[in-house]
Amino acid sequence: MGAITLEKVTKSFGDVSVIPGVDLEIAEGEFVVFVGPSGCGKSTLLRLIAGLEDVTSGTIKIDGVDATGTSPAKRGLAMVFQSYALYPHMSVYKNIAFPLKMAGVDEATIKQKVESAAATLNLTNYLDRRPGQLSGGQRQRVAIGRAIVREPAAFLFDEPLSNLDAALRVNMRLEISELHNSLATTMIYVTHDQVEAMTMADKIVVLHDGYIEQVGSPLELYRNPANVFVAGFIGSPKMNLLEGAAAAKYDAHTIGIRPEHIELSTEGGEWSGVVGVAEHLGSDTFLHVNVDNIGLVTARVNGEFGVRHGDRVWVTPPADRLYRFGADGLAL
Amino acid sequence: MARAVTTQRKLAFTIIAWTVGLTLFFPVLWTILTSFKTEGEAIATPPTFFFFDWTLENYVEVQERSNYLRHAMNSVVISVGSTLLGLLVAIPAAWSMAFSPTKRTKDILMWMLSTKMLPAVGVLMPIYLMCQWLGLLDSLVALVAILMLMNLPIIVWMLYTYFKEIPGDILEAARMDGASLGKEIIYVLTPMAVPGIASTLLLNIILAWNEAFWTLNLTASKAAPLTAFIASYSSPEGLFWAKLSAASTLAIAPILVMGWFSQKQLVRGLTFGAVK
Amino acid sequence: MATKQTQVTAKIMMSPAVLMLLAWMIVPLGMTLYFSFLRYNLLMPGMEEFTGFGNYEFFLTDPAFLEALGNTLLLVGGVLLATVIGGTFLAILIDQPIWGRGIVRLLVIAPFFVMPTVSALVWKNMLMHPVNGLFAWITRGLGAEPVDWLADLPLFSITVIVAWGWLPFATLIILTALQSLDSEQKEAAEMDGAGPISIFWFITLPHLSRALTVVTLIETIFLLSVFAEIYVTTGGGPGTASTNLPFLIYIQALLQYDAGTASAGGVVAIILANIVAIFLIRMIGKNLET
Repeated sequence: MGAITLEKVTKSFGDVSVIPGVDLEIAEGEFVVFVGPSGCGKSTLLRLIAGLEDVTSGTIKIDGVDATGTSPAKRGLAMVFQSYALYPHMSVYKNIAFPLKMAGVDEATIKQKVESAAATLNLTNYLDRRPGQLSGGQRQRVAIGRAIVREPAAFLFDEPLSNLDAALRVNMRLEISELHNSLATTMIYVTHDQVEAMTMADKIVVLHDGYIEQVGSPLELYRNPANVFVAGFIGSPKMNLLEGAAAAKYDAHTIGIRPEHIELSTEGGEWSGVVGVAEHLGSDTFLHVNVDNIGLVTARVNGEFGVRHGDRVWVTPPADRLYRFGADGLAL
Repeated sequence: MARAVTTQRKLAFTIIAWTVGLTLFFPVLWTILTSFKTEGEAIATPPTFFFFDWTLENYVEVQERSNYLRHAMNSVVISVGSTLLGLLVAIPAAWSMAFSPTKRTKDILMWMLSTKMLPAVGVLMPIYLMCQWLGLLDSLVALVAILMLMNLPIIVWMLYTYFKEIPGDILEAARMDGASLGKEIIYVLTPMAVPGIASTLLLNIILAWNEAFWTLNLTASKAAPLTAFIASYSSPEGLFWAKLSAASTLAIAPILVMGWFSQKQLVRGLTFGAVK
Repeated sequence: MATKQTQVTAKIMMSPAVLMLLAWMIVPLGMTLYFSFLRYNLLMPGMEEFTGFGNYEFFLTDPAFLEALGNTLLLVGGVLLATVIGGTFLAILIDQPIWGRGIVRLLVIAPFFVMPTVSALVWKNMLMHPVNGLFAWITRGLGAEPVDWLADLPLFSITVIVAWGWLPFATLIILTALQSLDSEQKEAAEMDGAGPISIFWFITLPHLSRALTVVTLIETIFLLSVFAEIYVTTGGGPGTASTNLPFLIYIQALLQYDAGTASAGGVVAIILANIVAIFLIRMIGKNLET
């Protein structure tokens, strides 16, 4: 249960083509993250899979069966919305029970399933409350509970954490990963946050302007970005991308250096520059160095590294971890 | 944040506000008081305010002499009928405009609004003649239809602004949860839309109840609602103030109560959502 | 954004409302236009003939037209002035911390729910009657000669009656707008050293401008067609002293049975209302985008 295949799927709104054509295989039980900047078509793609939008052309198969024309209700998928989309006039219990009620499940089974879902999600004490009386994290859990009880073929998450504060987001990230481990159901998760993508995914799909830029495991994308876009999008802080003479020296149009791979020295090295802003995170420090004739380069150094604004430092790109890209943006 | 207000200041404003409020309310209060007086006392100079012989005879006589209840029923049929019919047509329309908007939705809404701007008197002649040709002068059918059409833009607009506030996500969630269109409307949309529908209903009953152009021009006696019935008190020179007051009190009391309940929604309805 | 199926459903569900309103607009409007070019008297059926702009000429050159137009403008202007200024004052008053605010609010808005024929008759008889009216009693009590309001000052009296009914509307809308004013804005202004009058002038009034515009436009639409108040009080008189445009057309149509001239008058009224409507629709349309 839960293998999803997209074949030549396209979507246009009027004359505007949002998804020019996507082919994708999602294996059973996989945790797939669609990631990309806003407007890249990732949410649209998810809504196409959900059936909330019609595809313009192409085929969507769920477990090998063509589901392209099937209504969302009959696809056997569950979705968690960015706004949680809880029913404000129903109690938490009724919210979670709603899909079961729609499926015509008997009351006793509903009760048992809702209670077990509530127990998993720490919601047992809140079953009588209305969504309006819950905190953001609790609402999120109710939305997940409503998805779980259906025992769907796959879960669809549409930026579920973007309305939570930073600390809660880290928690929920762990909880969703934990849920995936225990349920082993296919999950498709849309986010614009590459940290969520890296930490949660089995497989990341990087989208840009409706095209799939690259598909792969988090570490594959980190190690071998297929092009400049993926290189710049995956990894934090962002990879330094340099053009011009610096790149020409390595026989490339663009070279990329990850901040964490830069060798920084106060004594000497390949390029010389002046420290601009230094962001101290404690364990690490991000130094924004203004390199002569090249421009701003970000380096990640040990938190104890003692330089200050205005100090002169030397930056050396690592010979073995240097990414080279051609004029077309593809990796060389 | 609120801060301490001196009692003196509060007292001063309270006195001013109550004086102004009571002054504005006075004609209504005066009508109610007069309805309990005898005809002689109603025109007495100096007027009596509270210390008169309270009597209910006007209410009895208004009913006996002029069959007040029939006119009241006409008012109910016209206002409730036209509003319910309007809702029947407007709910699906507003639903689709709010949840499935297209490029033209805005134009359609604006156009609907513009039909409301058409002054009634501009089409008095054709409507009157059409009613005459169809034998619908002095009939409830014609008034229900006309008031329904007249208020349809307001009904659509009010519902639209209420439906707009229901997040589309929630309806999609219901669809994902396996609800068919019918169940989606019964279990999710309707419970969330009921407050909005109720206030639309209330406001439009008020507007139709008080409508006094078509009801005056298209009715004679049989179908005359309260607006026209009360207008008939203007012709005879005899001074039936107490009876007029009794009839008026009955005519405005239910609407006054409804109006007080719906004052918040009133603003939204009458400004087409421009002020909330 | 939705599936094709929902879009088709949407169109079907919208069509009854759209078609009905379309018919409601086009049919009578077309007939009015058609009649306005005919010599057409209801007492002489079968004598209709095309007269070109004859009806318009007759209607527009009738001295009563200019007077009615003047009266219409005076009535609209007078009521607007009274309700907008009075409404602003009342809204600010009710917005103050007072005891029993809810009740005062109810008292103030009550007149809006009184049907026009009732309010007109109550004012005409029990308040403005030159002999037995309450005003007459008060003036006599002050030692003055009572005024025969509706005979001597007909248009003014009608303006007062109509304004009484519309004052609550203005108050309620301005009050709603007033209460949506962010108190932090006022506090920021206070911190910047503004006094109560400056706050009113530079913060409150600009914030209210939108509500005031809406009140003005919507009231204008309704006030251009004031009818019942005139119908039951003065009947347009004495002479034509309190006849406004709708009442003049009514006289042509249902008292003189001159369908042609009444229709020409109707077209004039529609044009007049549309001038206001264009502004109102633009305002509301702008609001729709946000």
